[in-house]
Amino acid sequence: MSEYILELKGITKIFPGVKALNQVNFNLAKGEIHALMGENGAGKSTFIKVITGVHAPDEGEMYFEGEKVTFKNTRESQKLGIAAIYQHVTNYPDLSVTENIFIGHEKVSPRTKRILWNDMHKKAKELLDSIGANIDPKVQMGTLSVAEQQIVEIAKALSMDAKVIIMDEPTAALTKTESEQLYKIAEQLRDSGVSIILISHRFEDMYRLATRVTVFRDAQYIGCWGVNEISNEKLIFAMVGREMTQLFPPRQGKIGKEVLKVEGLSQTGYFADVSFSVRQGEILALTGLVGAGRTEVCESIFGITKPDKGKIYFEGKEIKINEPLEAMNMGIGYLPEDRQKQGLILQWGIGKNITLSTLSQISKAGWLNEKKEAEVAKTLAEKVTVKATSIFDTADSLSGGNQQKVVVAKLLASELKVIILDEPTKGVDVGAKYAIYEIMRELAKQDYAIIMVSSEMPEVLGMSDRIAVMRDGRITATLEADGISQEKILEFAMLEKE
Amino acid sequence: METKRIVSNKKEFNLKKFFFQWEWMLVAVFIIINIINTNLSPYYLSFGGIMDATMTFLDKAFMVLPMVLIIILGDIDISIASTTALSSVIMAVAYNMGLPMPLAVLLALTVGAVCGMTNGILIVKFKELPAMIVTLSTMIIYRGIAYIILEDQAAGKFPSWYSYLGWGYVGKIPFMLIAFILIAVLFGLLLHKTTFGRSVYGMGNNITACRYSGIKTDHIKVAVFTLMGIMASVTALFLTSRTGSTRPNVAIGYEMDVIAMVVLGGISTLGGRGKMLGAVISVFIIGLLRYGLGLINVPAQALMIIIGIILIVAVTIPNINLNGFKKKRLAA
Amino acid sequence: MRNISKFREAGLLVFIVILCIFLQLKNPSFLTLENINDLLTNTAILSILAVGMMMVLLTAGIDLSIGSTLALSGMTAALVVSNNPDISPIAAILIGIAVGTVCGLVVGFLVSIVGIFPIIASLGMMNVYRGLTFMSSGGKWVSAHQMPESFKKIATSSILGINTLIFIAIVIYIIFYYFINYTRTGRQIYAVGSNINSAKISGINTKKTLLLVYTLMGSLAGLAGVLWVSKFASAQGDTATGYELNVIAACVLGGVSVAGGYGKVSGLLVGALLLGILNNALPLINVSPFWQSAIQGAIILVAILMNAYIKRRATKENLMRRKI
Repeated sequence: MSEYILELKGITKIFPGVKALNQVNFNLAKGEIHALMGENGAGKSTFIKVITGVHAPDEGEMYFEGEKVTFKNTRESQKLGIAAIYQHVTNYPDLSVTENIFIGHEKVSPRTKRILWNDMHKKAKELLDSIGANIDPKVQMGTLSVAEQQIVEIAKALSMDAKVIIMDEPTAALTKTESEQLYKIAEQLRDSGVSIILISHRFEDMYRLATRVTVFRDAQYIGCWGVNEISNEKLIFAMVGREMTQLFPPRQGKIGKEVLKVEGLSQTGYFADVSFSVRQGEILALTGLVGAGRTEVCESIFGITKPDKGKIYFEGKEIKINEPLEAMNMGIGYLPEDRQKQGLILQWGIGKNITLSTLSQISKAGWLNEKKEAEVAKTLAEKVTVKATSIFDTADSLSGGNQQKVVVAKLLASELKVIILDEPTKGVDVGAKYAIYEIMRELAKQDYAIIMVSSEMPEVLGMSDRIAVMRDGRITATLEADGISQEKILEFAMLEKE
Repeated sequence: METKRIVSNKKEFNLKKFFFQWEWMLVAVFIIINIINTNLSPYYLSFGGIMDATMTFLDKAFMVLPMVLIIILGDIDISIASTTALSSVIMAVAYNMGLPMPLAVLLALTVGAVCGMTNGILIVKFKELPAMIVTLSTMIIYRGIAYIILEDQAAGKFPSWYSYLGWGYVGKIPFMLIAFILIAVLFGLLLHKTTFGRSVYGMGNNITACRYSGIKTDHIKVAVFTLMGIMASVTALFLTSRTGSTRPNVAIGYEMDVIAMVVLGGISTLGGRGKMLGAVISVFIIGLLRYGLGLINVPAQALMIIIGIILIVAVTIPNINLNGFKKKRLAA
Repeated sequence: MRNISKFREAGLLVFIVILCIFLQLKNPSFLTLENINDLLTNTAILSILAVGMMMVLLTAGIDLSIGSTLALSGMTAALVVSNNPDISPIAAILIGIAVGTVCGLVVGFLVSIVGIFPIIASLGMMNVYRGLTFMSSGGKWVSAHQMPESFKKIATSSILGINTLIFIAIVIYIIFYYFINYTRTGRQIYAVGSNINSAKISGINTKKTLLLVYTLMGSLAGLAGVLWVSKFASAQGDTATGYELNVIAACVLGGVSVAGGYGKVSGLLVGALLLGILNNALPLINVSPFWQSAIQGAIILVAILMNAYIKRRATKENLMRRKI
């Protein structure tokens, strides 16, 4: 009998063209909370999917309670008592909490197959009480907060007698008090003998809960340490440790006068008291963890949503923006975070996508001038070096990088002074990344003021002139980029301020 | 940025793509129907006969045109027949109360516009409610108002010139047909050649991306629904002219006919796809089919079955095609 | 505010009570046994159909064909009894249900197996069934004198002192209340409508569920068809044209979400009842019958808008509870 409840050895998973996991090891003791850390794309998500049976590994072995196991699907792993709670909860918002907990394994009377609601409600209440959650099992799931929904998911795992619970970024969308409640639950579970794999970007999660931490980097296993044995610096180095392989084009031009300033911007439930400014020719990085409220801030500047409080100044004058079009007419452009859902019409050709935001320029009194459109589209597509044969190629036929270039080209079609780029290189291959960086530099040289939202530390350090760090909806620091270290930024983004 | 990539902006003519268009299939169906009709009845292929026949089905066709826009948006409007009834009733009552007919016609159009705009505003202000439900309730309300105004009475006795709308000819061609073709061309241009139409297509494919691109999506949606309302009253004008009087229960069930014609015209209820031409052809397919079968004494009810089946086959065929194509591509 | 559904149902109930008090004050004959019986009899068919429609709407679908299905089943049953006057009324009902079931099965097949959008599939079949109704009777009516007394009695007789229509509606409600709330299959309907992807992952056979709800809808429409024809003692080609929209309205009024996943039998009952009261009571208080439709529509609109507004408030309150 092994001392570990779960043990994985030499796991390799290959997707077409990429090794998502390369010979990684992991083990989990009974009643242990084990943190799994690593940058975005380090292979954590794939690893979970291997454990839960979504993906079958190409190499390697998995042992559960000392026995070798292979899972064909998630049901098989569930049967043994492995449950995963994902960041984006996948539940039934219209159904009651009880039902969300018991769906698929409802309690029915043995003879008539009648669903025993009272038993289920009672059991659900017990489960929720047992983890100290004060949630009425009869209310609709959708009326609960994200934190409460996560707690229900935990109760669901317990209802299936889970022995191993995987929590994927459980606190990412939670506020401080909500996180605190979750910590208490996790501790309680640990004390009752449940083992937990905790995936988190937050150091405080790890310090608070875990006894050991395993680090992945670039699909590789880097190491496993006791939480008390390893220092902050060493851990961060383990996570990002590679040499800066990406090169960034050099800074050019100089920084001019202030163009956009926000003061005390707040939106209930999303962000509070956000202030920063950006100048001509400057690249301001807005960084922090996913869910820190960066996108929400940008969207409220661009007029997608409205801030509840605060002021926005453009070239010294206070402005109110109700519609994206007003922002664009003023000279503020926004490259949205999700290019497939917010940036592009995938079924359309590149050309039509590029001109979508500037239809008034290629038309006269509402009549489209398709000849002019083709010219404009061609010029812009070539300017951002889209790899395509014609402007009639549909957007969904392009790679991620080229899609992003098309969205950038669409931005450039308008006359702008401020460009907000939300995760401009997310899901973009290295070559296209460099091209996007070059475009950004070129724009800065042409006196555009640029706000870049990014979670990628090398990019933040390599591209920006100043860095604003957000955490839980507030700006925790605004730093000059010169001479700042990655570790310092991560501290502001992840660590609780004293 | 040194290596300049060339991106072509010349549209290449793709013969295969050109011929594999839904509209061609509709044209083929149209021709087949005419051949069958000609063979079935020697009276079918008389110019005058066909011209007269168009006048019997074109009234609701005016609503097909804006419905194309609405379905391309991915929405639906089932209140249109009630709007038709309401504007018809208000026009008739206003005229009978002494309003000059031209003003009564104008009033009818205004009523349609108000009904449509109300739908549009409700839909953009309550985005969580499907258009189907919003227009279901306004459908009941609009016709309800028509009942309040006219109860179970009929109103009419219009001036003689008004009957020209539904019965008149320009040369040998019915005025109604000319009006329809003209308005259809206008709608075709609006949809295919203007920034407005481009935005409508964009919104049908991805309304979020359009909003992030600075398109005033709410304004456009309200405009499209208003246009729908106006065209519902245009239908009222022609319908009332043909019947000579009106009742609150006119045009019942028109919304389903109109939606069926639009879908048959190749406009996907998913939104974002389809052409004005397809819907116009399908108006004539269904209309002439009805006329032809009527000549050989096939009851109108049999036609309902045929239309129902055509509708289902029509929406199924593109799916099958697409799957076959995908399989081929995978195999290659 | 956290329990929206309770709030809504309670709200509707309070509204109904106030309405009843008001009606009673205006016309004391409103709350008489006779009138209540009348009211319920008239609401019975609508409420039977609403149960089926609710299940369809729960899966985020819609069935526009039920008016035609109702007419076809009613016509078939009427033709059978007019040609075989000795046939038992039970057999007539079974024939109607059988025809309806087949109709529903076809729509279900088109939606779940072929994958056509519910609105299109049911719109197409609506035409087909309506055409078949006309064709089967040769465009003629089957009128009262062609129907045997035993058949017409279905609607006028009573069981245990309750009018048969009401009795059948009550039985249907009990059966489906149990089915929807206390069987796994019933709960799967909700799961499919609430989150079809999760449902698939949880191992629910979503295609089977879809097929089932449309078939059940058809069966209930078939039953309703026979009851309708018996009640009005006439079967016509255009019976119940457009009635599907009334049924959907009753569901919406009863709080069923057309986006799928949400709706309760109790809410449905309240919704159907409210529509029934409006239909029945307006003439009693000398409101012109021509006002009915507009008043009904306005109430439905206000109900769905209120609903949306309450949901928004709940979301907003959830956000307020997040401290930043």
